[in-house]
Amino acid sequence: MTKTTRSRIASWRGGALLLCLCALVGLAGCGSSGNNGSSGGKVTLSYAVWDQPQVPATKRIISEFHRSHPNIDVQVQVTPWDDYWTKLRTAATGGSAPDVFWMTLAYFKYYAKGGALMPLDSQIDASHVDMSNYVPAIRSAYRFDGKTYGMPRDVNSFGLFYNKKLFKQAGLSAPDGSWTWADVTAAARKLTDKSRGVYGIVAPEVDELGWYLTIPQAGGYVLSPDGKQSGYDQAASVKGIQFWVDLVNKYHASPSLQQMTDTDPLSMFTSGKAAMYYGGSWDPVAISAVPYAKANVDVAPLPHDATRLFYSNGLANTIYARTKHPKEAWEFTKFLASKRAADINATTGTVIPAYKGEADNYVRSMPWMHLQRIVDQLPNARPFPSTIDTSVWRDNATKEFAKAWTGQETVPAAAANVTKQMNAALADEGK
Amino acid sequence: MSVSLDKSEPATVSPGYGPTRTRRARRTRVHRGEGWWALAMLVPTLVGLGVFSLWPIFQTLYYSFTTWGAFGGHVWSGLANYRSLLSDSELLQSLLNTFIFTAVTLTSVPLAIVVAALLNRPGMRGLAVYRTLYFLPVVTLPASVALMWKLLLSGDYGIVNWLLSLVHVNGPYWLSNPGTAIYALAAVSVWSSIGFNMVILLAGIQTIPRDYYEAAELDGAGKVRQFVSITVPLLTPSIFFVTVITVINSLQAFDLVYLMVGVNNPALDHSQTIVYLFYKTGFIDHNGGYAAAIAFVLMVAILVFTTVQFRLQKRWVHYV
Repeated sequence: MTKTTRSRIASWRGGALLLCLCALVGLAGCGSSGNNGSSGGKVTLSYAVWDQPQVPATKRIISEFHRSHPNIDVQVQVTPWDDYWTKLRTAATGGSAPDVFWMTLAYFKYYAKGGALMPLDSQIDASHVDMSNYVPAIRSAYRFDGKTYGMPRDVNSFGLFYNKKLFKQAGLSAPDGSWTWADVTAAARKLTDKSRGVYGIVAPEVDELGWYLTIPQAGGYVLSPDGKQSGYDQAASVKGIQFWVDLVNKYHASPSLQQMTDTDPLSMFTSGKAAMYYGGSWDPVAISAVPYAKANVDVAPLPHDATRLFYSNGLANTIYARTKHPKEAWEFTKFLASKRAADINATTGTVIPAYKGEADNYVRSMPWMHLQRIVDQLPNARPFPSTIDTSVWRDNATKEFAKAWTGQETVPAAAANVTKQMNAALADEGK
Repeated sequence: MSVSLDKSEPATVSPGYGPTRTRRARRTRVHRGEGWWALAMLVPTLVGLGVFSLWPIFQTLYYSFTTWGAFGGHVWSGLANYRSLLSDSELLQSLLNTFIFTAVTLTSVPLAIVVAALLNRPGMRGLAVYRTLYFLPVVTLPASVALMWKLLLSGDYGIVNWLLSLVHVNGPYWLSNPGTAIYALAAVSVWSSIGFNMVILLAGIQTIPRDYYEAAELDGAGKVRQFVSITVPLLTPSIFFVTVITVINSLQAFDLVYLMVGVNNPALDHSQTIVYLFYKTGFIDHNGGYAAAIAFVLMVAILVFTTVQFRLQKRWVHYV
């Protein structure tokens, strides 16, 4: 009896050991899942993007790609902006980033320098892709240390979106190219009707759709041309930020920062709770998705100050350096950069493609809005301020200027703090 | 128990007495066999605990002495992380936030005692329905709880402020106002933890013998007096348990901050908990070493709190 018990225990022990081994092997397996797809079998690529309204056009592009490459499936992963970068960097550190993903100039150099992006020059040469097809500003922006890391996707331009109905009700004429900041402020004050809960404008506390549009117009700069000094404490830069803060705190023509944290500013605009919105060339899709906004919204050229200049970003598609399917990822990225893909993005009004000559398709895509006025701004675009580790000083600026928006600090005081912190970050970077 | 038997045997039985020796030998063998059994059964759990809990703790300790590179890779930096912890005002503020959050969440314990006592009244109609209603928040996904409360607490369109407007109170922007955000989060936490505490306390109440109440009633004690003098003192072991659990859970609060406040909220500094700060440092700012140091501070804080609670229990917990 003892013997059988013992042997039973022994077999149990063996079983348990086996179980543990299985668990360990399973764990190890996590790290190396996925087959090496370059063997030519069926391959599934992951494609990470952050903007939900742009997904329908992206899915159309993917289905066309799949038709010509039946062995390659592409899965779109949509992650909202804030989480996108958290997730991407964590995944890239862990060796499991998506095969292809959207890249912005704010993060490009960091990823290129960190070795997370695949250099594309040899593929570009081998596939005879003519890089002169793309807008030079974006084409050259995605080069780092003499190598190309991104296939240009789109260029950003901006406009003043306004609610025609609210303007008519207030007895105001529609904004046009002659408008200056003063006109915006005056109109916003007139359009504000507290009893109906309507604000003249939304002045969110953001750079790309906020002070990156006004600082260059006032003659200021965010980053010195040599990339070593902050320009936030320049009088003109302070003026560019003061414009927004005054709309909130001085004229009360915009919802407060707290309100805009509670309710998305774009939603306020598309539901008729705000009459004006500084928007980007990617916004018409989201605006037109709301029936009320589609019927009542049009766009005017950006109002100007001393100049008409603004900072402009533009996206590229990049390939993860450690992708398991480099060949297929390139095939897909090449297609994303093709004229056909640009056609789809333009004719759906999704973005202004970086592919030259597609702007007209973009303009024609939405006859109910004057998108030409957005495209007309493009010559005034200036390169997006970026260094290697842009996000450090950029996120910091956003955090610090919130104090100006809530009235805790004056704009010059906040700008002085931002400048100090940004210069320290830039000095750190140089080391 | 068998161990003490083995020990006493040589004293009572003379050595060399055959049957006993064999019996003892066999028992020892079986005993050893039982040990293997137990070990075999425990191995899967122990391996899980080791791989997923203990090993990460040591890794975290190690990483707290390092500084991380851009995409992986780290260098030893000694006590640098801990040194900067000392002068980190954000850490102090988030410790304070966490303590406020924990203190407010603890009000769920007395509330749960009252609810449990009320839901233990024999012959009450719809008892199961009420118990289910109170327990529902526990089995609801934290994410949906957070999103639902975010809507309810919305400044311009939320039901909470609408109700307040009926009594002519102008409700604030609960979740984006630095003065209110942490309290709003804690209120949601109270709401969602009453159910769990109630179930534990209900079980505790049901172990209290009915005789005590009958005796008290004969002595002329009313319902309230019975609750204060019998239910609460005899319930203290359960109260102690839910208090410890609530404190540990509250000190580790993350999901509500992440889902209801989030980055770019002007109230974040005054509502982020220590675990959110850890997440932000580790995953948004990718400062893994510093985040590990923060995690260790939290571990020490929880250890201290729990130890103090166990020390203090002697003064107020009555074990029957």
